[in-house]
Parts: sequence; C-alpha cells; structure tokens
Amino acid sequence: MGQRIDVKNLNIYYGDFLAVEDVNLDIEPNKVTAFIGPSGCGKSTVLRTLDRMHEIIPGAHCTGEVLLEGKNLYDKDVDPVSVRRDVGMVFQRANPFPTMSIRENVLAGVRLNNRKISKSDADDLVEWALRGANLWEEVKDRLDNPGVGLSGGQQQRLCIARAVAVHPQVLLMDEPCSALDPISTLAVEDLINELKNDYTIVIVTHNMQQAARIADYTAFFNLKAVGQPGHLEYFADTTTMFNNPQNAEAERYVSGRFG
Amino acid sequence: MSSHSTTAALTQPAGGKRADKTFKAVAYACGILILVVLAAVALFLLFRALPLITGDQAANSETISNFTGGKSTNFWQYVGPLLFGTVLVSALALIVAFFVSIGIALFISHYAPRKLATALSYVVDLLAAIPSVIYGLWGGLVLVPAIFPFWNWVAEYLGWIPIFAGPASNPPRTVATVAVVLAVMILPIITSMSRDIFQQTPRLQEEAALALGATKWEMIKLAVLPFGKSGVVSASMLGLGRALGETMAVLMILSPGMTYSFKLLQASQSQTIAANIAAQYPEANDLGVSVLIGTGLVLFVITFVVNYIARKITEKATA
Repeated sequence: MGQRIDVKNLNIYYGDFLAVEDVNLDIEPNKVTAFIGPSGCGKSTVLRTLDRMHEIIPGAHCTGEVLLEGKNLYDKDVDPVSVRRDVGMVFQRANPFPTMSIRENVLAGVRLNNRKISKSDADDLVEWALRGANLWEEVKDRLDNPGVGLSGGQQQRLCIARAVAVHPQVLLMDEPCSALDPISTLAVEDLINELKNDYTIVIVTHNMQQAARIADYTAFFNLKAVGQPGHLEYFADTTTMFNNPQNAEAERYVSGRFG
Repeated sequence: MSSHSTTAALTQPAGGKRADKTFKAVAYACGILILVVLAAVALFLLFRALPLITGDQAANSETISNFTGGKSTNFWQYVGPLLFGTVLVSALALIVAFFVSIGIALFISHYAPRKLATALSYVVDLLAAIPSVIYGLWGGLVLVPAIFPFWNWVAEYLGWIPIFAGPASNPPRTVATVAVVLAVMILPIITSMSRDIFQQTPRLQEEAALALGATKWEMIKLAVLPFGKSGVVSASMLGLGRALGETMAVLMILSPGMTYSFKLLQASQSQTIAANIAAQYPEANDLGVSVLIGTGLVLFVITFVVNYIARKITEKATA
C-alpha cells in the first residue's frame, strides 16, 4: 500500500540561495500527484526533498517538515539511506547501470547491503518487477543482455522495474517521459495508472496533457521572477486545475498563455 | 542577391583552408615522429645487442663471467635473475600502490571537502615531480634505517609465510624496502588518473544508485568503480611501466644479488635490469656494453608485453 506524504512549511536552499519557499502540500496515498509549472520554479527540487536526494548536492539543505505517514523524514534519527529504500525514484533520463544485464539491473537495489536472495526468489522477483513495468514480454528471452542495449522507452521501464523491485511505498518520477517518443510515453503512462494501486506516485512533468491524463491531483508551482524563489501557487484535484482553476496564474498557465 | 552569385560562392575556396592544411600536416608529423623515435630506440637496442648472437661466444662468456664473478657464463643465465628481480620489485610496488592510490583517488573525488580535495590533488601531483634520485636518497638515508624495526617485526611474526622468512637484513637494503619506495613513486600517476576518471562518473549513475537506497560505499561499488575500471587498469599499467624502468632509486637502495628468490626481507637476493645497467655501465668494455644493452632489450620487450596486456584488459572492460 502507498503511504501519504504531508509537506509542511518547506523551504529549500542551495547554499544560501532560497530556491523554493514555504511549500505546504498533502499528497494522498495511492493517488497520482503531478507537479507542473514553468522551468526553474522548483518542481524537481521539491520532488527531490521527498526522498532526501536533494541533500546530495554539496550545500543543499532544507527547513520545514516532510511527513511520511506522520514521521518527519528530516528528524535527526532518520537515515536518508533508509528513506530512499522506502521512497523510490525514476529520473528524467533512463539510467540503467551500464555494466549490468537486464536481470542484474532489476536486482541492483535488492542486492544492496548484502541482502541475500536465493536464485529462485530472484527469478520470481525479476519476473514480477518486469511484468509490473510492462517490460517482461519484450525482454524475457534476453535477461542476460546488457540493460543499455534496450531502446530508450524500454530502458525507462527497466528503471521503473528496478525502482519497484525494492517494494517502495512511494514512487517519485522526475519527468520520466521527457526523453521518450509518444508510444513509449503511452506505455509508461499506462504503467503509472496501474502502479497507483500499489504505490503513492508523485510525478514532475512539463507536459500538461500528461498531467491531465494521469494525475488525480495537480500542484502548480510558479516563481515571481528569475532569481526569486519558487513557490507552490495552486494545488487542486486535476479536473478543477484544468477545467475551472480558482487561481489566475494557474488559469493562465494551463490555458497556455505563458510558460 | 541572384541565385547565380549564390551558387558561385559555393565553388570559391573558403577562407582558412591553408591553416587547416598546415595543422593537419603538423598533426601528422607529430604522430609519425613518435613512431620514428620508437623505431630508432628499438633498432639501436637490436644492433648493439647483435654481437651477443653473431660475435665470438667465448668472449661473450668471459664478459658475463666477469660481471657475475663466474656464476653464469651464458646471456640467458645472466638476464634471467635480473628479469625476475625487475618483475618482482615492480609487481610488489604495484600491489602496494594500487590499493593506496584507489583509496586516495576515491577520497579526493567523493569524500573530501572541496578545499581539502584540491590541496590533496596538488600534493599528489607534486609527488610526481620529485626526481627519482631524491627518492633514492630519501629511501637510502631515511627509510632504510627507519623501516628496519617494522620488517624485523614482520619477519618475527609473519616469518612462517615464505616471502617474509627471516632474519630481516639490517640495514634492510632489500626488495621489500625498494618496493615501498617504488610504490610511493608510482602512486601519483595512478592516483591522478584514477581521480580524473572517478570524477567523470555520470551524475545520473550515481543518483540511480543513491535513489535505490545505496550507502556512499555501495554507490561507489555500483556506479563509480564499474565506470572507472578500464581507466584504473591503464593507470596501473602506466605505473607498472614506470616501476619496471626505474633505475636510480633501486640502484641507491637495493643491495644486489643474482638469485631467483622470494625472500623479500633479505638483502643481496635480487637486482633489476635498469639498475644493473647503471651499475655496470661505467666499467664495461665494448662487449660488456653489448651485454648490458641486450638486457635492456629484454626490458623493452617486457614493457611492450605489459602495455599490450593492459590494452587487451581495457578493451575487454569497455566492450
């Protein structure tokens, strides 16, 4: 089952620079929440604070709270490595490990920390994860081939399989389809629709039609000017966001009049 | 502008063509030059070593006998232990330097704060600029007396391992001590090449590992080391090449011997080809020089083989 995330008074910094200001956001479990907004407004930055990936950049830090089922991920006793095992992430460009086969890529997360897994369990897990990512039928006969030999769309689905293989509760996706052709995009979108039965999904997208197609809720981020911090402008269920937004900036953005 | 004049412009030679041609010629010349130099060295070695094969074999035997105090009379008997000593010392130096270098390189590329990393890189590069005679002096005057208690301890407690069989020589002008000095000498090249390649690890790969819940070390194992593998291998081979040919430091530290011995802690067991040439050359007659150049030719071939193997390994790793 997916877990809920509540973001409270979140300020995100790169060094001294305040990148995103005062975000308050409730992300419902087992729903798809999309982040939209113009470039540089901090969508990806906010996404990366949800699994503490933001802080791997030197100097990057944040204040405020990100509550996963009520537990603040930024409490002192929380290990960021454990957070990332619970909250999976898929990136803008597919990034399978280049030296690994398809099978090894799926198992990469499971093998971490020397967790032992028997061959038959591993086989089952690989099939389950690849089926989950709608990739099994295409690769089942060549699991030992290199993961980078697949097409772009297949690689991205391989990365999704790798992320779900560790059984996360939440799946974060940072523009997962921006480098894919329309057919691969459709495959990934169908997949997201299925995945939300098991996971909470947060997706950053530049493509508003995509948000309208797949998201249950949509958050619109904006910034006042370049060099100013981004902020959460408007948050609504997707139907309201695209049909009847109660916010002038959001209305302008979704109707294509800026951004 | 009419279409006629536009197409006319297409057939006019574009500006900068001469510079383009000149640069191409210069680049070609440089490429060919390196081949010529290499061929010249190889031919020199071959021709000067030729008397060993075509010349008076009795005179050859006598010369070699003079070099070795009568222990060997045949070229292959002579070069065998030298080659063994060369490879032994270099391999030991590489083993020591390899792990330390990888450690330093990873520390600089992924652990140290930026300022410390910059300072450390600078220091490591500085190590490479120290002439080998200085390493020889340092090794002979400082390290040799200082390291004896350690080798003595090793011989006492690890002496049951054949390579550490005691008694440890004092002063320890031994293969073990030379290997340590050579390790320090080849450390900079392996470190700086490994550091460069580790720093180029795609951020996307590192993030993929971290996002799966990898610790820093697991991320390095998943993303950084596989990416850097071939670069690290070629760096090591460059280091090994330097160790194989190192002359001065070995000459100044090692107490030479002509045996096939793995007793690293005992003096007068081994000698390297390069150091032997330097040691014998000043007093050698014409034929003696030919013998020494013959040993040099063997070293040349070995270096070639090492580089060839390295290339094969790298090709496999990147394929």
